[in-house]
Amino acid sequence: MTTAPTAARVPLPSRFFAVVRRHLLSLYTIIALVYLFLPVAIVILFSFNDNQGRFNFVWQGFTLKSWRHAFDVPGLFDSLVTSLQIAFISASVATVLGTFIALALVRYRYRGRGTTNFLIFLPMATPEVVLGSSVLALFLALKVQTGFGTIVIAHIMFNISFVVVTVKARLAGFDRHLEEAAMDLYANEWTTFRRVTLPMILPGVFAAFMLGFALSFDDFIITNFNSGGTVTFPMFIWGAARVGVPPQVNVFGTAVFLVTLGLMLLNVALQRNRS
Amino acid sequence: MSEEQVAGSERTSPTRPQQLLLAGSVAAIALGLLLLLGGAGLGSVEGFTRLFGALAMLVLGCGSGLVAIRGESRVAYLLLIPGGAWLILFYLIPMARLAVTSLQEGTLEQGFRMAWKWSNFSEAFSTFGDQFLRSFLYAGIATAVALLIAYPLAYFIAFRAGRFKNLLLVMVLMPFLVPFLLRTLAWKIVLADDGFVADSLRALGIIAENGRLLATSTAVVAGIVYNFLPFMTLPIYVSLEKVDHSLLEAASDLYAKPATAFAKVTWPLSRPGVVAGTLLTLIPAAGDYVNATLLGTPRQFMIGNVIQSRFLVVLDYPVAAALSFTLMLTILALIIPYVRATGTEDLAAA
Amino acid sequence: MTQAAGSMATEEAKLNGDIPAVELIGVTKRFGDTVAVDDMYLTVGENTFFALLGPSGCGKTTTLRMTGGFEDPTAGIIRLHGEEVTNLKPYRRLVNTVFQSYALFPHLTVGRNVAFGLQQRDVDRAEIKRRVAEMLELVQLGGFADRKPHQLSGGQRQRVALARALINHPRVLLLDEPLGALDLKLRKEMQIELKRIQSEVGITFIHVTHDQEEAMTMADTIAVMNMGRIERLGAPTDIYDDPRSSFVANFLGASNLMEVGVVDASSGRLALGDGTQLHTSGPGLAPGEATAKIGVRPEKIRLARVGTAGLPENAIEADITDAAFIGVSTQYLLRSTVGTVLNVVVQNIEADRFAPGDRVVAAWSPQHTFVVRGEIGAGEGV
Repeated sequence: MTTAPTAARVPLPSRFFAVVRRHLLSLYTIIALVYLFLPVAIVILFSFNDNQGRFNFVWQGFTLKSWRHAFDVPGLFDSLVTSLQIAFISASVATVLGTFIALALVRYRYRGRGTTNFLIFLPMATPEVVLGSSVLALFLALKVQTGFGTIVIAHIMFNISFVVVTVKARLAGFDRHLEEAAMDLYANEWTTFRRVTLPMILPGVFAAFMLGFALSFDDFIITNFNSGGTVTFPMFIWGAARVGVPPQVNVFGTAVFLVTLGLMLLNVALQRNRS
Repeated sequence: MSEEQVAGSERTSPTRPQQLLLAGSVAAIALGLLLLLGGAGLGSVEGFTRLFGALAMLVLGCGSGLVAIRGESRVAYLLLIPGGAWLILFYLIPMARLAVTSLQEGTLEQGFRMAWKWSNFSEAFSTFGDQFLRSFLYAGIATAVALLIAYPLAYFIAFRAGRFKNLLLVMVLMPFLVPFLLRTLAWKIVLADDGFVADSLRALGIIAENGRLLATSTAVVAGIVYNFLPFMTLPIYVSLEKVDHSLLEAASDLYAKPATAFAKVTWPLSRPGVVAGTLLTLIPAAGDYVNATLLGTPRQFMIGNVIQSRFLVVLDYPVAAALSFTLMLTILALIIPYVRATGTEDLAAA
Repeated sequence: MTQAAGSMATEEAKLNGDIPAVELIGVTKRFGDTVAVDDMYLTVGENTFFALLGPSGCGKTTTLRMTGGFEDPTAGIIRLHGEEVTNLKPYRRLVNTVFQSYALFPHLTVGRNVAFGLQQRDVDRAEIKRRVAEMLELVQLGGFADRKPHQLSGGQRQRVALARALINHPRVLLLDEPLGALDLKLRKEMQIELKRIQSEVGITFIHVTHDQEEAMTMADTIAVMNMGRIERLGAPTDIYDDPRSSFVANFLGASNLMEVGVVDASSGRLALGDGTQLHTSGPGLAPGEATAKIGVRPEKIRLARVGTAGLPENAIEADITDAAFIGVSTQYLLRSTVGTVLNVVVQNIEADRFAPGDRVVAAWSPQHTFVVRGEIGAGEGV
C-alpha cells in the first residue's frame, strides 16, 4: 500500500491507529491459530491426565501411565487397525476409479460431459446422513450383511468425487503435446500412458490418495450407518463417549496426529529437495 | 474401410447399424437399473433372479454400447464406466430407493410395502418440523460465523504471509489431523461449566451467574463452526491467492483507497471461493448430528439426530427416508439458485 | 489452381521417377461447422526444405498435424513415400515432429528424452547411448545428456526437441513453428542451423510458420495458405516476384497494388485513372477484361527528380508524404496525383535523399509489374 503522507508531521493518535491497523490482521491471525489449536492441545494434554474413574474431563495430574499402558483398552487398538485397513483399501480403489474419470473428463471429447460433472458433484452436495442412510437402505433391501465390506463400499463411493476433483485440477495444467510427442516417437497409447502421462500426474494422484485416506479414516457418520458389528476408531470413540473415554484414546489420537504431521512435513521437505 | 476413405466420406456421424446398437445398449442399461430399483433381497429366488437379470442387462448394455461407439469417445467411456458404475450403483440407486422407501409403509417385522404414503412426509414435518428448521438455523449461523472467521485468516495468508504462506496453510490444516470426535470432545472440556472459558464469560457478565456454555445451542453452533472451518478457509484462500497483485496496484493508481480497492477488486474476485466455502460448510453442517449429541441436549437435536435415530434405533424406515429425502431436496433447492445467482458452476476448489 | 499446381508437381515427380515424400490428395478437415483445411492437394518432394506459410487460422498447423497423424482427415488421402497412411496412428508413421512448445518430457533427462523414440523401437542400449551422444553433438549440445529440460534455455530446449526427432532417422521431419518462442537473434541463428542440418541430413523438412521472412530465408519451396487452401506454391523468388493473388502479394510484403484499366491485353498496355500509361510484360492479363489489378515491389521502384532522363518505362509523378531512415535503406511513402499510395524502399547508396513534400517521379520497369487477382488489401503480411 502506497499511502505517503504529504505532511511531515502526522498527529500522534492517527499514527497509533495506523500502526494498530497494519498489525491488526497479524494479531487476528495469531488469535485464530490459537483458537484452532486449542482442542488439539487439550487432546494431547489430556493423554497425560491422571484421571481416576471413567471420565477424562477434569485435569487431575500429570502421568505417563496411559502412554505406557496404551494397548490395555480392549478393542481400541483393533479399531485403529480396522480404520487403517478400511482407509487404505477405499482410498486405493477410489483413487484408481476417480483418476480414470478425471482422465476421461479432461483428455477426451465425448457426449455427456456435463452429466458426468453433475454426477460427480452430487455426492459432495449430499449431507453424510443422507449418504449413509441411503446406502444402508440399499444393503438392507439386498439383505447384505453390514460390516467391513459395506463400510469400504460406502467409503469408496464418497471418495471418488474428491479424487476426481483433485486429479482434475492437476490434469488441467498438463501439456497435451507431451502425449502427442510420445506417440510421434513410436510409443502406442498404453506405453504413452505408462511412461509419460502416469509419471506426470503421479503427484496429483498421490495427493488424491492421501485426501481419500484422511477422509475415510476420520469418517464417522457414514460409517455409523453401515458398520454392523465392525468397529472403527471413530466408532470406538463414539461408543466410549457415553460410558467414559479412556485416556488411551487421547494417546492414539495424539499418535495419529503426530504421525500424519510427520508425513506431511516429510512430503514438504521432499518437494523442496526436488525443485 | 479403405473404400470409404478413397471416396472421401464423412466419418463423424454414426452409421445406421451403429445407431441401432447404441439405442439397444441404452435400453438394456435402463432396464437393468430399473430392475435394481425394486428388489427383494438375495435371499429369495425372486430377488436373486432379479439381481442377476439386472446385472446381466447392465453388462450387456455396456458391452454393446462400447462396440457401437468408435474412436475417442470409446476410450472415454471405457475410463468412465468403472467409477461411474460405482457411483450409479452406490449413490444414484440408493438415492432413488430412498425416494421409493419414503413412500412405503409398514414395520420391520411385517415388511415394507409400497403404498404411495405421502402422509409420511406430512407426519415427518409435523413431528420433526422443529428439528428441521433448527438444523438450517444452526447451519446457517455456523456458516456465517465461519465465513467471518475464515475470511480474514485466508486473506492474511494469501496477501501478508509471504514466505510463510505454505507453513501457515499447514498450520491451519494441522488440527484436523486429530479425529473429528476427539476434537469435539475436547471442546466439551474447554466449554465445561467450571472451565476457564465459562468462568471468564461469567466474570465479564456475558452469561448469567448460573449459566452454562455446554449443553446449549451456542456450544453446538460453536462446535459446528470449528469442525468445518477448514472447508471454508481453503476455498477462500485459493481464490484470494489467484488475485493478480497488479490489479490492486492499478486500483491504487486510479485513486482508490485500500478499503475501496478491497471492496471493488479483491472481494468480487474472491466470491467464487466464498461460494464454494459456504457450500462446503453448509451442506455437511445441515446434516450433522455429532456436535448436537456431544455438545448439546435433546433440545438442540438437529434433523441428523432424528434421521439417525429413526433409522438405527426406531427402525422406522419410511419416515426416516422421507426426512432424508426432504433434507436432500431442500439443500438442492437452496444451492442451485445460489450457485446460478453467483454464476460459479465450477466447484473444483480443493 | 491449387489442384493444377499439385498435380503438376506430381507429374514432374513421376517423370523423374521419384516417389514424392508427402502427398495430400483431396484432404479436407472439418471441426464441427468450421472447415480448417479445404480440399487440399499437395506434393512434397524428397530432400527439400518445404514451408507452409500463412496467417493464424489458415489451416497450416492442421495440415501438418494430419500429416503427423495427430488428426484424422474428414476426407481425402495422405501418402508418405507412396504408402497410404491416412488413418495410421503417429507411432506407425515414419515421420517425426518438433512441437511448438517443444514438448520435452519434464521428468526425463535430456539424454532420455532424445533416446525415447529409439527405446520404443527396441534398439539395444549401447547403440542408443552412442547415437544419443552423436546426435547431441550434431545440435551442439554435447555433454548435456544428464540435464533436465527445466535447466535449459529456450534455444537449448529447441535443439533437444530437434535431436529427439532426428535421431530416429525419419524420412520426413515436421516442424510446427519451432522458432516462435525465441528472440530475434537466436531465431536468425537457428534458421541458418536448421537449413544446414537439413542439407546435411538430406531428408525433407516441412516447416510451418507465419513469418514470411523466415519462410523465404529457409525454404526451397513455399506454399502460401489462406483459409484452408493453398493460394500459391513455388520457390521464394518466384512467388515473391509473381504472387498472382493479392493475398499472397500482401502477405509477403508491401506490394503497391493498383487498379488499372486495360488498354490492350496482348501488348500489356494499361492506363491509370488519370491516363498515365503503364506497361506490364508479365503474363496474367486475360483477353476481354476491361480492368486489372497490378502491383510492384517497393525495392523495384526508382525515385528521381522530375525531369530526370533515362528512367524505366513505368513512371508516376508523386509527392513524398513520409520518409523513414532504417540504416540499410530508406522507406518512402508517396502519394500520386490520382491518390495512389506507393511504398518505396531505396538503398542508402547516394547521399542525396528525398524529404516529405518533395515531388518526385517513381519509375519501374514493365517486367517488374505483376498482375494479381482477388481483393486489394486482403491479407496483411507480417
